[in-house]
Amino acid sequence: MTTTPLDYHMTMTTIAPSDTFVDVTDVAIGQSHSTTVTVVEPIGPETKRSVNGIRRSDVLSLVGSFVAAICLTGLLFTQVAPFGGVLGFMVMTYVFFIGLYGVLVSFDEKGTAVRDRIAAAMIHGTAAMLIFGLVVIIGYTLFRGYSALVHANFFTQDMSDAGPLDPLTVGGIAHAMVGTLIMISIALAIVIPLGITCAIYLNEVPGKFSRFVRTIAEAMSALPSVIAGLFIYATWILILGRDKSGFAASLAISVMMLPIIIRASDVVIRLVPGTLKEASYALGSTQWRTVWHVVLPTTRSGLTTAVILGTARGIGETSPVLLTAGFTAALNTNPFNGPMVSLPLETFQLVQSPQQTLIERGFGCAAALMLLVLVLFVIARIIGGRGPGQLNRRQQKSRAAASIADERRFAHRDAARNELSPAPPNNPIGVRS
Amino acid sequence: MTTATTVPTATTVPPGPPPSSATTRPFETPDPIDEVRRAQSSARTRSDRIFRGIARGSGIAVLAVMSLVGVFLTYRALEAIRVGGVSFLTTSDWDPDAGTGHFGIAAVITGTILIALVAISVAVPLAMGTALYISEYAPARLKRTMISLVDLMAAVPSVVFGLWGFFLLQGYVRDLSRWISTYFGWIPVFSVDGTDPSDPLATSTVYTSSTFIAGIVVALMVTPIMCSVMREVCSQAPAGEREGALALGSTKWGMIRSVVLPFGKGGIIGGTMLGLGRALGETIAVFMIISPIFAVQPHILQNGANSVSSLIALRYGNSTPFGTSALMAAGLALFIMTLIVNFIASSIAMRSRSGASSDA
Repeated sequence: MTTTPLDYHMTMTTIAPSDTFVDVTDVAIGQSHSTTVTVVEPIGPETKRSVNGIRRSDVLSLVGSFVAAICLTGLLFTQVAPFGGVLGFMVMTYVFFIGLYGVLVSFDEKGTAVRDRIAAAMIHGTAAMLIFGLVVIIGYTLFRGYSALVHANFFTQDMSDAGPLDPLTVGGIAHAMVGTLIMISIALAIVIPLGITCAIYLNEVPGKFSRFVRTIAEAMSALPSVIAGLFIYATWILILGRDKSGFAASLAISVMMLPIIIRASDVVIRLVPGTLKEASYALGSTQWRTVWHVVLPTTRSGLTTAVILGTARGIGETSPVLLTAGFTAALNTNPFNGPMVSLPLETFQLVQSPQQTLIERGFGCAAALMLLVLVLFVIARIIGGRGPGQLNRRQQKSRAAASIADERRFAHRDAARNELSPAPPNNPIGVRS
Repeated sequence: MTTATTVPTATTVPPGPPPSSATTRPFETPDPIDEVRRAQSSARTRSDRIFRGIARGSGIAVLAVMSLVGVFLTYRALEAIRVGGVSFLTTSDWDPDAGTGHFGIAAVITGTILIALVAISVAVPLAMGTALYISEYAPARLKRTMISLVDLMAAVPSVVFGLWGFFLLQGYVRDLSRWISTYFGWIPVFSVDGTDPSDPLATSTVYTSSTFIAGIVVALMVTPIMCSVMREVCSQAPAGEREGALALGSTKWGMIRSVVLPFGKGGIIGGTMLGLGRALGETIAVFMIISPIFAVQPHILQNGANSVSSLIALRYGNSTPFGTSALMAAGLALFIMTLIVNFIASSIAMRSRSGASSDA
């Protein structure tokens, strides 16, 4: 049986069970190689061995104990004892499930295996619970905010014309969206250069002082955000006598974000392979050139991810803004004059009112904020998530294309050079001046 | 880069004549005495000096900002602490303008610690289980998704957590609280004043806005941070030791208990402390849920709680300069607490076998 080289792997993996004799010979036909695979079929029917770790009894005991737990809890809650509440029901079901599952497994397994099964069930359950919590939190916000989000005016108007009793078709959160955008832009303009330069300093200029700076930066990441706000409130507003403004809020957000960005960038820059930097130094480049041409390009995706995740944290932070930005219902585009509102602050203020439409607006505002964070997060995942030097498929392709183009160019030039003039005798290695 | 094009590759070197004698020097060993010691550190170029100057400048700037926060906080706080004296630690009222002995952090610090403790006792099992699931049980394809989801949870704004806790969770937890206090009320922390379990018409508002609910919400906020630290250290447990345990016939759980958990012990404790630090400082979600009271409230299921950060958010607006100073003192106490917790966390994580890998 002769197959083409392409079929070779398929043949090997699909029809070669353990007791099949496979004879592989390489035969040169003309100039191209072809591979011959001889398969000797085993005598008698073959039973497929299961490599799957799950047995029927496992599934049965899992399902059985789950059903039994629900039934038992239902019986307890409705007939036997005056328990109540959905959360209590879920907690009891989970406890009963673990217990019953242990009992069922212990019918056909020994103690060690029973403990293993119970631990696995509990760990799976915990992970599922956390994801369930996340889905509920995001889903609930989007669900309650939906009624406000569907009105276009929600994104284009501010609240200056909308009274507490006005329906959702009047007024919106444009002022909060603009405010968030302005505040986070100013904060990023402060934090990105300072934070990344500081992270480079911590890694590239090692010494006693940089170790000290790192310790302080790490200590400051413990700073509760409300204290960052209180600091700016006490200095900028009370001592320097400025009004509450968007700029003050940006300063508070910057103080809060700075340690976060420094720590995240520090971790990314620390991972740059030493060999890359050494290669750069060996080529005679200065430290500045090494940082600019090797360290920063290598860490580009990691730094971007760090900055975007820091931005997501900064956007969602309420307490520094609460203390420093003031509150207004009108659109204000000047960060240095007059109060300014951000999305989380607007949410916080709206849901404190007893009016139902205002609460709906608050949820809409929270949903808009959540969507913004989600978008930032997805962008961060697309850009980052890879170590330095690891390329995605598109980058790999473009690198390969560049490499091929370089090779062609070199070959072309060499050919042209050899044609025009052989290397002059006093220039032995062929370098043109 | 333009430099790359002018560097010839090895294949382009044509077989030229040997180098001319003008450029070659006769190779002889120099006399040891004549040898001048070469300078080991070359002089830096100007661009490098500028670069290092800017880098150091940014380091100094960061240090200045950070120390300014700490120093200023301490300076303003001292004013209030000097007036309050010891009573600052033992008083639970908060009325700084009424004079000495009328303001103190006894109530808010107790509240903060209780909320953090509830949060930690809910979050640790949750984070541990999820971390073990991601590092040990999850199929490879699900692993990345799970990591992303946990990271996403860390990025959810605290005001969203607050909304969820206040509008959705509260209703469910109220019933759970009633159940716990009815059957476990004999344990002092779970007892609730002013309720009669045998009265079916008793109002359940006494169970709302409690330390317990705030703690659960904060727990969900700190779980992702703890989980990512724990997952990191658990997945670093050496494969050789894992395989050794499995080859000796241990079950998966046996392997986790005898290899993964001892290996990651430092990281697990460190991650827990990191989460505790976060839980102590949480503001808005707590502020939205609790109804503030200024008395030590040891009953975690009962209406009424307080924390330092929500005290600041509550009182910053209408305080006199001295009142602000008193708030600063409370903030300083909170900051010192989180600082100690964080330092313990990082030193434990550093000293453990799994090394420093806390990057949250």
